[in-house]
Amino acid sequence: MSPIVRMILGRLALGLLSLVLVSLVIFMAVELLPGDIAQEVLGQSATPETVAAFRAELGLDQAAPIRYVHWLGGVLTGDLGNSLATGRDIGSMIVDRFGKTLFLAGYAAAISVPLAVTLGILAALYRNSIFDRIVNVATLSSISFPEYFVAYILILLLSINTPVFPSIADFGRDPSLGDMLYRTFLPAMTLVLVVTAHMMRMTRASIINLMAQPYIEMARLKGVGPARVILRHALPNALAPIINVVALNLAYLITGVVIVEVVFVYPGLGQLMVDSVAKRDITVVQGCCLVFAGIYILLNLLADVLSIATNPQLLHRK
Amino acid sequence: MAFELNRRSFLATGTAGAALIGLPGTLRAQESTPKVGGSLRIGHSGGATSDTLDPATFAAGPVVTAMLAICNNLMEIDEEGQAIPELAQSFEPSADAKTWTATLRPDAVFSNGQKLRAADVIASYNHHRGEETKSGAKDLLKQIAEMRADGDGTVVFELTGPNADFPFVAADYHLVIQPDQGDGTIDWANPVGTGGYVLEDHEPGVRLNLRRRDDYWKADRAWFEDVELRTINDPTARQNALVTGEVDAINGVDTKTVHLLSRRPGIQLIETVSSSHFPMPMMCDTAPFDDNNVRMALKHAINREELVEKVLRGHGAVGNDQPIGPAYRFHDPDLEQRVYDPDRARHYLKEAGQENLKVTLHTSNAPHSGGVDMAILFKEHAAAAGIEIDVRREPEDGYWSNVWLKKPFCQSYWNGRPTADWMFTMVYAAGAEWNESRWTNERFNELLLQARAELDQGKRAEMYAEMQRIVRDDSGEIIPMFGNFIDGANDKVAHGKVAPNRFLDGWKCVERWWAA
Repeated sequence: MSPIVRMILGRLALGLLSLVLVSLVIFMAVELLPGDIAQEVLGQSATPETVAAFRAELGLDQAAPIRYVHWLGGVLTGDLGNSLATGRDIGSMIVDRFGKTLFLAGYAAAISVPLAVTLGILAALYRNSIFDRIVNVATLSSISFPEYFVAYILILLLSINTPVFPSIADFGRDPSLGDMLYRTFLPAMTLVLVVTAHMMRMTRASIINLMAQPYIEMARLKGVGPARVILRHALPNALAPIINVVALNLAYLITGVVIVEVVFVYPGLGQLMVDSVAKRDITVVQGCCLVFAGIYILLNLLADVLSIATNPQLLHRK
Repeated sequence: MAFELNRRSFLATGTAGAALIGLPGTLRAQESTPKVGGSLRIGHSGGATSDTLDPATFAAGPVVTAMLAICNNLMEIDEEGQAIPELAQSFEPSADAKTWTATLRPDAVFSNGQKLRAADVIASYNHHRGEETKSGAKDLLKQIAEMRADGDGTVVFELTGPNADFPFVAADYHLVIQPDQGDGTIDWANPVGTGGYVLEDHEPGVRLNLRRRDDYWKADRAWFEDVELRTINDPTARQNALVTGEVDAINGVDTKTVHLLSRRPGIQLIETVSSSHFPMPMMCDTAPFDDNNVRMALKHAINREELVEKVLRGHGAVGNDQPIGPAYRFHDPDLEQRVYDPDRARHYLKEAGQENLKVTLHTSNAPHSGGVDMAILFKEHAAAAGIEIDVRREPEDGYWSNVWLKKPFCQSYWNGRPTADWMFTMVYAAGAEWNESRWTNERFNELLLQARAELDQGKRAEMYAEMQRIVRDDSGEIIPMFGNFIDGANDKVAHGKVAPNRFLDGWKCVERWWAA
C-alpha cells in the first residue's frame, strides 16, 4: 500500500472516531441547556400536563444515555432519525439546507480564492509598493469589520440607495442559475470581503518568505524575470501553506455563515441548526453537527493530502 | 403628549408627527375599492424551521396567519374587537349561558369539495381536548363538558359552567375547523379548510405559499390571487425587505426605528392600540409581597410615563395595574389612573414596617425586547421612594420554563385576550395555571363567576368595573404600560379599518386586505 493511501485511511478512521466524540459532546451540551423541546415549543403556554403529553409522544421520558445509544444506532445504519419538532426526516431536511449552504459557500469561494491568490502574488511581486499597501489596507479593513456590519453596508449601498441587488437572498423553489447567482450576490460578496484577507496575506507571506531562499537568488542570477521567478520557482513551494489556509477558509464559509444567513434571510444549514438549538430539537442539532464536523475533517484531510502531493518531502518525517 | 385611550384601533398613534405621516397613505388605501387580483408578500416574524401546521402547537408565526386564511373558525373577531359569526351562522346561548348551540353555514365547503358538517367541528375541537393532547388550547377547552351533533348542521356545546363569552373562545386561533377523517381526528399535516386560500407550498421557517380559491363562501373577502408568507425573524432584515420592495407588508416594526421607516415615501405604518401588556408579577404568597402595603408601595414607585416614552418610544399607553386596557369592551374609563408618587410609596412602606425594602427583580429580554431597560428604569424610580431593587438579568433562553412562575418577582408578557373574562380567568382566578402572582381574592373570584354567567351587558359592565378596581388595588401585578401593534406596508396594498386584537389585522390580513 502506498504511504499516501495508508495515511488517508488512517486519517479517515480517526475522523470517524472524532465524529462519534463530537456527537457525544453535542448531545451532552444540549442536555445541559435549561428546558427541553416540550417546554420550548409550548413556550409560555406550557402546562405540566401538555409538557408530559409532548414528552411521552417523543419518547423524551426515557433516560438520556438510552436515547443517545438509540440515536447512534440509527446513524450507523444511515438513518439520522426524525426531527422531534416536526417529525420530518432529518436526512432530507439537511440535504436540502446543506445544498443551499454549499451553493453560497461555493459562490463565495469561486470569487475569493482566485482573487486572494492573485492579489497575494501581485502583492508579493510588487512588495512595498503603493499597490501592495492599498491591497493590504483594503483587505485588512474588510476583515476587521464584523460580518453583519459589512452586510448592512452592502445592503444600504447596493440595495437601498442604488437598488441593484435584492436584500433578501432566498430564491424560492426551482430558480434558474442566473437568478440564484443574482439573489445571492450580496451575501456572497459579504463572505468574500470577510475571507479574502486571510488567504491573501498567507499567499503573500509565504512567497516573500521563499524569496530569501538561495535557490531563488540562483534563479535571479540566471536572469529569470521577477514574474517567472514567483510563478515557476516560488509558488509551487508556497502551495502547502496556501492550501491549508484555503481549506480553513472553505470550512469557515460552510460552517460559520449563520449571521450572513440571518441578515439576508437565506435558509441554509446554519439557520436550521440555530432554530433547532433554540427549540432543543436535539436530533436535528446532532445531524447538523455531524455534517459540520465531517466537513472540517474532510477539508483538513484534503488539505494535508494536497500539501503532500505538492511536496513529497512531507511524507518522510525526519 | 396625550394618549388616546380609545378602545378602537387607530392608525399611527404615539406621536403627532407619526400620525401626520402615517395618515395620508392610509386614507388613500381606505378609499380604494377591493377587487380580485394581485399578490401579497408578507415578511413575518416568529417562523422557525421547527414549525408544523399542527393547530395544537402553533403560536404567533406565519403558520398561524396562513392557517387563518386556509381555514375558518366558528366565530371571528372583527375590527371593533367583537366576536362575529364565521362558520357558525348563529351561536345562541341557553338562558343560563351553559349550553351554546352553533348553527353551521350550509354554504361552507372545504377545498376538497366536502361540505362542512357538525362532525368536522367536533373533530377539530377534540384535537385540543383529552389526555393525549399537547394543545395550547387544552385549558381553554376544559370548560366544554360535552359536544354533540344535532343533525349535520348544528353543534351543541354543553359547558361545565355558564360562560356568556363563549363565542370569543370559538374565535381562538387554535380552533380552526378542518375535516373529520372519519375516525374523529383531523389530518393537520395536509391542511384542508373552508377558507379563501389553499396551501400550495410550505417550507418550514422559510416560506408558505397560498393560492386563492374561486369558490370561497365569503363574497367580500380573499382578494389577492397569490400570497407568500416569508419568515424574516430579524427586525432589521424585515424592514429592509419592506423598503427594498421584496415584501409588501411586515409585522412587528421595531419601535427604535419606526420614525425612520415613517419617513420613506410609499410606506404606510399601521398602528393599533392593543391589549398587549408588560406586567411584573409579585408572588402574593411570598414575603415581602404577601403584604399588600409592599405591593402598593411598588405600584406607586414606578414612573409609567417615562417607561412608555423611553421603552416603547411613545408607541403605547400607560397601564393602571390591571390588564383590562382600553381595547376591551368592559374597560372602565372612570377608574382613576395611578401615578408615580414616591411619597405615597414611602407611606405604604411605613405601614408595612419595611422602610428599607430590598427586592430582587428577575428580568430578561425574553418577555419583550425592552424588558431589561424597563427593569433598570424601574430601579431608578423606586430608589427615589427608598426601595432598593436588585435587577438580576436572566438568560433569554429558557426564561419561560426557569424564571417565570418560579421567581417571586419577575417580568411577564401577555398579548391580551379577546374578553375581560378570559384574561382574568387565565391569569387572575384562584388556582389558574398561569396565576403568575399567586393571587387570590374572594370577592374577585365570586364576581368572576357571576359576571361570566350574566347575559345582561349593563350588569356585566358594573361587575367588571369592580373587578378592575380590585385587581388594581390588591393583586400582585404591576402593569405599567400597554404596547401598540405596529405593522408596515407599502402602497401596493390597501385595507379597511384593522382589527385591534393581533398584528396584521388580527392575523387575518390575507383575506381582508386587497391590492391597491
